[in-house]
Amino acid sequence: MMGYMRKKLISKIVLTILMVALSITMLIPFAWMLSASFKPENQIFDVPVSWFPKTPIFKNYVAVWNSTVPFYIFFLNSIKVSTLCVIGEVVTSALAAYAFAKIEFRAKEFIFWVYVATLVFPLQMMLIPRFVLFRLTHLYNTHWALILPGMFTAFGTFMLRQFFQTIPDELSQAAKIDGAHHFMIFRKIIIPLALPAFSALIIFQFVTSWNDYVSPLVYLRSESLATIPLGLKFFQDENSVSYGAVMAASVCSLIPIFAVFLAFQRQFVAGIAMSGIKQ
Amino acid sequence: MRLNSAAAVAARKGPRRATHLRRYENLTAFAFLALNFIGYLLFKLIPILLALILSFTKWNFVSGISGVKLIGLENYARLFSDPVFITSFINTIVYAIALVPVSIFLALVLGVVLNEYVFGKGLLRLAFYLPYISSMVAVSIVWMVLFIPAYGPINTFLTNIGISHPPRWLNGSNSSLISIIIVGVWQSLGYNIIIVLAGLQGIDRSLYESAEIDGANVIRKFFSITIPSLSNTMFFLVMISFIRSFQVFTSVQVMTQGGPGNSSSVLVYYIYITAFEQSDIGYASAMSWVLFLLVFIFAIVRNATRSNQN
Repeated sequence: MMGYMRKKLISKIVLTILMVALSITMLIPFAWMLSASFKPENQIFDVPVSWFPKTPIFKNYVAVWNSTVPFYIFFLNSIKVSTLCVIGEVVTSALAAYAFAKIEFRAKEFIFWVYVATLVFPLQMMLIPRFVLFRLTHLYNTHWALILPGMFTAFGTFMLRQFFQTIPDELSQAAKIDGAHHFMIFRKIIIPLALPAFSALIIFQFVTSWNDYVSPLVYLRSESLATIPLGLKFFQDENSVSYGAVMAASVCSLIPIFAVFLAFQRQFVAGIAMSGIKQ
Repeated sequence: MRLNSAAAVAARKGPRRATHLRRYENLTAFAFLALNFIGYLLFKLIPILLALILSFTKWNFVSGISGVKLIGLENYARLFSDPVFITSFINTIVYAIALVPVSIFLALVLGVVLNEYVFGKGLLRLAFYLPYISSMVAVSIVWMVLFIPAYGPINTFLTNIGISHPPRWLNGSNSSLISIIIVGVWQSLGYNIIIVLAGLQGIDRSLYESAEIDGANVIRKFFSITIPSLSNTMFFLVMISFIRSFQVFTSVQVMTQGGPGNSSSVLVYYIYITAFEQSDIGYASAMSWVLFLLVFIFAIVRNATRSNQN
């Protein structure tokens, strides 16, 4: 038995070392980006790579700050768009999910079936018709073109409905007998019990919305309206020869989402697992 | 509130009251649904219909609504004789077929190891999650620099370990698609590992314990318990990975613009170019239905097997 335990420990140590090596490999692109962002242009491609620049410079970050459209504008745009998308989605999805999970009504099965069926249509398919609609309604090149579609997703409805269904009906039945109507049950019973599902959905959708590139690329024209991914692309197009500055801009674009992820890692992972396993 | 408490009592009182209650429930349900449904109608259902209609038209967006011409199935017929479309379609399939098995196999092995066989699980997992939560634009920009053939760090490294003619990566027409696949695998690993880990949580621990008593080693346990128990998870993962791979766009648009030539053009990228750079809305819409068909087939297979399991 002793031998078995020792063998187990040794293999665990070996595997840990192996995984550390692998995870470092995974992170090399980030390390390289970070290191290059603090180097003058003529040292970026030095061989061998000096991971820690001897005299780090901040010129690249200054360039990011002083670009045609300063980077903080992209941050503000992203914060505005992602926040409104998430708030809108959580509210509209939660209400609809409650109806699907807890109310008996006519054509419920059919309406729900239509919702689920259209989950199949990928975002990329919606680009052209939405572009046409936004041009016709003058929502093109406004933040509303990003916010409005993000506020109404079948995905959020579907995910919350699955969760609401796991809440026992006895709870709402008891409240009903005490005279509570649906909105009260929704507010006083369902929402508090579904907080984990809400936080998972919020974080998951926030990250998704924050990283969305193709929607702003298609629905926006003005650089001053760009969210971070599109803003970063604009910056790269304008500074393609200045690798240090482009790397600094990439670092700036990643820091906020890394921070959000580190703060809410558990919720984010739960959100993905929910989207995956329970579908 | 009074109304409903009355209705709740009414349910026991007779058929007329029951109808009243049902109507009340219907109205409440529609009130709950209304907001979401309006948005859903405007931004999902109507666009889907519009995409269908547009695919039967010839329309250069610049000419305004009056320039819309119905041309029947012409756009669909054109697909078969368009070499760029065919290349993009094949590249999309190649991308998916190469990426999915590699990424899922790696995720399976790494997920099992990260689940219990290492110290510092949390920190190690983080390294695999970071690429996934990063925006594809940022990581594509970094990889572009890493891939620079003449003096980029990857080729410098390869030359140093004695490879005299390293690939030209994004700049070579034989290697551009592979380079994009490498970035795709690197980025998708995090998602796949999360799903594998979630699947592993669902496995009954006692299975492993009894196998250990029977003297099964790690490899044996992996193939006899882990793999069979994960089959549903893995199947889901394969389907969803194909569906996502068919939609690859950002890495191509940022790193290669489909080039050199059309060697790395993919379906969504060609749709994008056709619709928004060549303003050929009708033709691009027809192509988007090909994308839909690909996604649809895999979604159907996934759903069919899901209902079998229930």
